[in-house]
Amino acid sequence: MKAFTVHAGVAAPLLRRNIDTDAIIPSREMKRVSKQGLGEGLFAGWRYTLPGGREQNPSFVLNRPEYRNTSILLSGDNFGCGSSREHAVWALAEYGIRAVIASGFGAIFHTNCIRNGILPVCHDEQVISDLAERVQEDPQNNLVEIDLNRCRIVCGDRELEFALEEGARHMLLNGLDPIALTLQQQKLIDQFENTRRKKHAWAFAPFEDCVEGVLP
Amino acid sequence: MTTPGAISGATTLFDKLWSEHAVCELDNGETLLYLDRVFLHERTGSIALQSLHAAGYGVRDARKVFCTMDHIVDTFPGRGDATLMPSGTDFITATRNETRAANIRLFDVDDPNQGIVHVISPEQGLVLPGLTLVCPDSHTCTQGAIGALAWGIGSSEAEHAMATGTLRVRKPKNMRVVIDGALQPGVTAKDLVLNLIARFGANGGAGYAVEFAGSTVRDLEVEARFTLCNMAVEFSAFTAVIAPDEKVEAYFHGRDFAPKGEHWRDAVEHWRSLRSDEAARFDRELHVDASTIQPAVTWGTSPEQVVSISEPIPYPDTFAEDHRRESAVRALAYQNLAPGNHLVDISIDAAFIGSCTNSRLSDLQAAAAVVKGRRIAPGVRGVVVPGSRRVKKAAEQEGLDQIFIDAGFEWRDSGCSMCFYAGGETFGAHQRVISTTNRNFEGRQGPNTRTHLASPATVAASAIAGSFISAEMLAESESLAS
Repeated sequence: MKAFTVHAGVAAPLLRRNIDTDAIIPSREMKRVSKQGLGEGLFAGWRYTLPGGREQNPSFVLNRPEYRNTSILLSGDNFGCGSSREHAVWALAEYGIRAVIASGFGAIFHTNCIRNGILPVCHDEQVISDLAERVQEDPQNNLVEIDLNRCRIVCGDRELEFALEEGARHMLLNGLDPIALTLQQQKLIDQFENTRRKKHAWAFAPFEDCVEGVLP
Repeated sequence: MTTPGAISGATTLFDKLWSEHAVCELDNGETLLYLDRVFLHERTGSIALQSLHAAGYGVRDARKVFCTMDHIVDTFPGRGDATLMPSGTDFITATRNETRAANIRLFDVDDPNQGIVHVISPEQGLVLPGLTLVCPDSHTCTQGAIGALAWGIGSSEAEHAMATGTLRVRKPKNMRVVIDGALQPGVTAKDLVLNLIARFGANGGAGYAVEFAGSTVRDLEVEARFTLCNMAVEFSAFTAVIAPDEKVEAYFHGRDFAPKGEHWRDAVEHWRSLRSDEAARFDRELHVDASTIQPAVTWGTSPEQVVSISEPIPYPDTFAEDHRRESAVRALAYQNLAPGNHLVDISIDAAFIGSCTNSRLSDLQAAAAVVKGRRIAPGVRGVVVPGSRRVKKAAEQEGLDQIFIDAGFEWRDSGCSMCFYAGGETFGAHQRVISTTNRNFEGRQGPNTRTHLASPATVAASAIAGSFISAEMLAESESLAS
């Protein structure tokens, strides 16, 4: 997994609450059995003039010249709510988004971000709207820098602290593979499973009593 | 002092389920939770299995992993692998190949047990009270209705779940929603949950696992409890749970994969311990009086934008917070509605009955009871999609299919269908759809389609009237006319 340590980039404001994963990537844009090829479909419903089309809607923030090369999104509460589709995060990553600063996140989306090297930063609505105001003056020059080591956001002379759960921070800073990490606990998992099987055989019986792979 | 969820003291149901599955506490504040079941579907399951394979990992125990074809699969009668979505067949084929290679039980397109994951998992006893279940689908919280600890995850987490039999999870806080009072005739679990979200907001449950309790919840049948818990994710909750009771025991008794004999007795004994202790403390508690709730319908593009069916559409200015005003303005524009108007005066183009929220036999019975002997309004398209092949068969044995067909509805094969646009089917741009589904997001049912969420009875009544109306109001208007 891609690590996240320090990143500076253009930040674009999408200051709306409850931006759901259907909006981040509509169903119709999830065309292939793959994690790739989704960047083009990012925000497709807002970004293009027609559904399924590719003619850019000039008024959508990411299409405006001053927001070219955007790599940070500023948004409202409950960003990424709704469908669990990880395609939303894959689309953001492929487009080049490295961090989303919002006043809250959908729970599944938040985990999906961590698993894909995107930093979800939670902050007060007012702080984000102040940050957006500053960015909007000159988006290409008023870059936002996020330092995950120090948990700091810097924009010009403004410096903000933020908090991220230690588990997620550690994963992101080191670009860790959680599966490899958990498999180190395999013995413990096996022990737990054996104890559970003894105590709650009913929870295992229908599957373990049958021939491998063939259920009644 | 006992902290909420301390296992030594009084404990919540959620905390009992959590601690029973805690393999260990990780040093970063997360818990490694043991998983009893993993469910997949063709839209994300195929990618997760491919990716797992590519990373060189195997499936820890394929016997506990199940997969269904529900998201993209066609629901037209006599369907095969072809889909309206141009590349949909690729997902179906890949899922078939990947599950076969991994020795995972697949409920394929033509399987008599195929259906929507959240309908078939309890239907067959694949999920049970006291078990953990994850699925790369946000509506997995549905299974909390029977006392399982079930929650939706992303694809990467599904890979982790299959490879390790566990997930690394940060424990959410405990919320109890106590719902008391008798529901008025024609008011359902769907109206209840829409009201809850309207009152406390679409993010009202963020950071919490919600336990639904109270006399109203106890009085709900098991299938209605699925509807209630299904929409916990629209409330932004981690998941929801309801303490299993004798209704849940009766529901599972004799199901294909439910425990039998001695195992059944052990299971039931354990299930009876699955309830919050009397003195258990919750981090937050909400109270709802069910007796005042009216049939509900959403007017906007968030599940919190709800009115009782006879109320006018609100003026954006009446919302206290800026973000709600702005969101109301956007929603009214998208939905092409004017504040102050009444939904009962607005005509609809289509009615959809289906989805993991409301596609079980009791949902179809409720809709059929309204539709029976009536005809769908001219110009309105009605579609009924049973949640599973078994629901379909049971409905047909009762003659429900004929009631719907005689009334002018399409009677489909099972799947998620037009709950969203994944299969490539839509009612069309600017079409106004009343729907028993769970999300009214912009474009959810297809580009520029306008969705209004409601209960099966309200959707059925509206299809007959050609405009928004509850079943009770429809019956009244007809008796006045005659």
